[in-house]
Amino acid sequence: MITRHRVALRARVDPVACDAYGYCAEILPERVTLDEWGYPIIDGAPLDADLVDLATRAAAECPRRAFLLERVASDR
Amino acid sequence: MTAMTMETTDRQVAVRLLAGTGRALVDHTATFGVLTIPSENDPAWATLISEAVSASGLLGRGGAGFPSAAKWNAVRRSGRQPTVVVNAMEGEPASRKDRTLLSYAPHLVLDGAEVAAAVIGASEVVVCVAHDNETAAVAVTHAVAERQRAGAARCKISVVRPPGRYVTGEESALVSWLGRGAALPTVRIDKSVPLEVARRPVVVHNAETLSQVALIARHGPDRFRRLGTPEAPGSTLVTVSGAVRSPGVYEVELGTPVIDILHRAGLDSELSGALLGGYGGAWLAPALLATPFAPAPLKAAGATLGVGIIIALPAGSCGLSETARIARYMAGQSAGQCGPCVYGLPDIAADLEWLATGRTDPRLLERIQARASAIEGRGACRHPDGVIRLVRSALNVFADDAKAHADGRPCRGHAAPTVMTFPDDSAVARRPS
Amino acid sequence: MLAVTSTTIWYTMRATGVVALILLTGTMVLGILTAGRVKTRSWPAFAQADLHKRISLLAMVFLALHVLTAFLDTYVNVGWAALVVPFASAYRPLWTGLGTVGVDLMAAVAVSSALRQRISARTWRALHWLAYGSWPLSMAHSLGMGTDAATLWMDAIAGLCTASVLAALAWRIRDHRRSRGRAISVGAVTGAVTRAVVPVQVRP
Repeated sequence: MITRHRVALRARVDPVACDAYGYCAEILPERVTLDEWGYPIIDGAPLDADLVDLATRAAAECPRRAFLLERVASDR
Repeated sequence: MTAMTMETTDRQVAVRLLAGTGRALVDHTATFGVLTIPSENDPAWATLISEAVSASGLLGRGGAGFPSAAKWNAVRRSGRQPTVVVNAMEGEPASRKDRTLLSYAPHLVLDGAEVAAAVIGASEVVVCVAHDNETAAVAVTHAVAERQRAGAARCKISVVRPPGRYVTGEESALVSWLGRGAALPTVRIDKSVPLEVARRPVVVHNAETLSQVALIARHGPDRFRRLGTPEAPGSTLVTVSGAVRSPGVYEVELGTPVIDILHRAGLDSELSGALLGGYGGAWLAPALLATPFAPAPLKAAGATLGVGIIIALPAGSCGLSETARIARYMAGQSAGQCGPCVYGLPDIAADLEWLATGRTDPRLLERIQARASAIEGRGACRHPDGVIRLVRSALNVFADDAKAHADGRPCRGHAAPTVMTFPDDSAVARRPS
Repeated sequence: MLAVTSTTIWYTMRATGVVALILLTGTMVLGILTAGRVKTRSWPAFAQADLHKRISLLAMVFLALHVLTAFLDTYVNVGWAALVVPFASAYRPLWTGLGTVGVDLMAAVAVSSALRQRISARTWRALHWLAYGSWPLSMAHSLGMGTDAATLWMDAIAGLCTASVLAALAWRIRDHRRSRGRAISVGAVTGAVTRAVVPVQVRP
């Protein structure tokens, strides 16, 4: 059986750096919701191609560089 | 194994940590025998000891239960000169085992530290004792001086005194304090990558773990495994407090039923529950007190071994009330780095205080559970997770009480004297109950 | 072909000055609102922050033109030193000097923002607070220089700019009472500046 490995990306937040600006939740609501205190709850599911652009933008906009993208190996 | 046992065949071999007769070096040697550690780098000896500790199945006694030998392997791979850090911070207010060990058997701890240093090629040991723990600091400083006078110190050993806050005992926070003076935990994604101070790797071991290492280095893994169970070998120190006649530190075999340990400490009354593991631990219902005191069985029962703590809650006390106090204390002990911990823990503590005082609120229990799920796993360290585990176990073990309280019928136990102890300067001490 | 006479330079200097003032006001208002977490679904915070950065860059461009033309101008003698040294200008040293101080503060803000990822959050925030000093200085400079100060249109612009900044401040102060209380609180400006340089961590 052949399994194709495709490196996918998923979102992650550095809880120490995060200061609850909330930009990530505005840009990527598909993966980020805010808790009652304003801090992001990240859905760590792999990002589809169309979400990667938004996630990249969110990572760039975060004033604390707390929103990060990391690789996760996923089988196809 | 000949190199290790040669020095000890003609002496009474004592396997247990608290077997010593006195803290002086001569008493230590008389009880446990001399342990010869090579002063130069000896890879064969290092491998021998490393394999012995690995074979013994020794798990860290600082709460995380990480295999001790695995920490050494990670550091040896890094290739830079490491340091051994002895964690005797004992941040859990209900724990007294590490200070007891330092007061009664400091040389055992120091032996273990020097063994670890020799295995990983370190020439420096740093012993961390909390700033407010004067007795233990004096004892270990004295012991260090004794070793130096006797020419028995292989390494440079220093004793430092970080602030005694709860989080400071956490491994990464302690290393952070050593490196830059601020006890702030860091996010650790890969625990096999060693922590660093000034770019040099450090290995952090709990004081009790190192004392166990000292015994394994003398007598081998088989002797260690003769106590305990195959999955949880050896002995461990446990601090028993609360509704017992003789609270204190006991050395027990892993796998002993919790109720037996309580009886040994003089349990003579009904309990409404027992707190296992510490303030970041979990409650155990009276029906489950026969659970063996070992990591896996306790976890299966919804509790945890933690740093070896058992607090007996008498029948007349309110577990929810005690949990509320603990939650308030723990909220005040946050390192202040992560929102869900900084803001979530005080909110959940407030919810529990409402519950404990029987303010009717049909949504209260629901809100506590929702907040618990929101907070869990979202901090840099496990501090909030410990509190959430405690709160969830309280709502489970004291479910009937929780329902009654939420319906506006508090129990009299709320006014009972607390069995929990908190440092005088903590927020909970200042707050009216 | 437009001859670059000294009159052109003179008018360009005044025009770019006014435009820079308006853009700086826009920057301030957006900055106050963004920091105050004032946002709606159709006016999200990240867009405000983005616009704030872009308008500030535009303001810098017009400010640079304003400063350049001020030096090139032969009608008044300002001198190159006056770019960074306050009150070093031969022409109207006081009012020019206020402008210089404003530029100095803005330079600190701009540089610290460019290096935001390399400096600590606390340092960046402390330096960014200098913006609260640079705006009133720019306004005082504009009015004090007197060139257009007495005219209706200039007074109207100055009035509108001041009103919008004050409104934004009022909105933020009111909104702050309802917010979670981050380490920097808007209160008295002096108090807030002090708080900007103490540790950010919040203890419950």
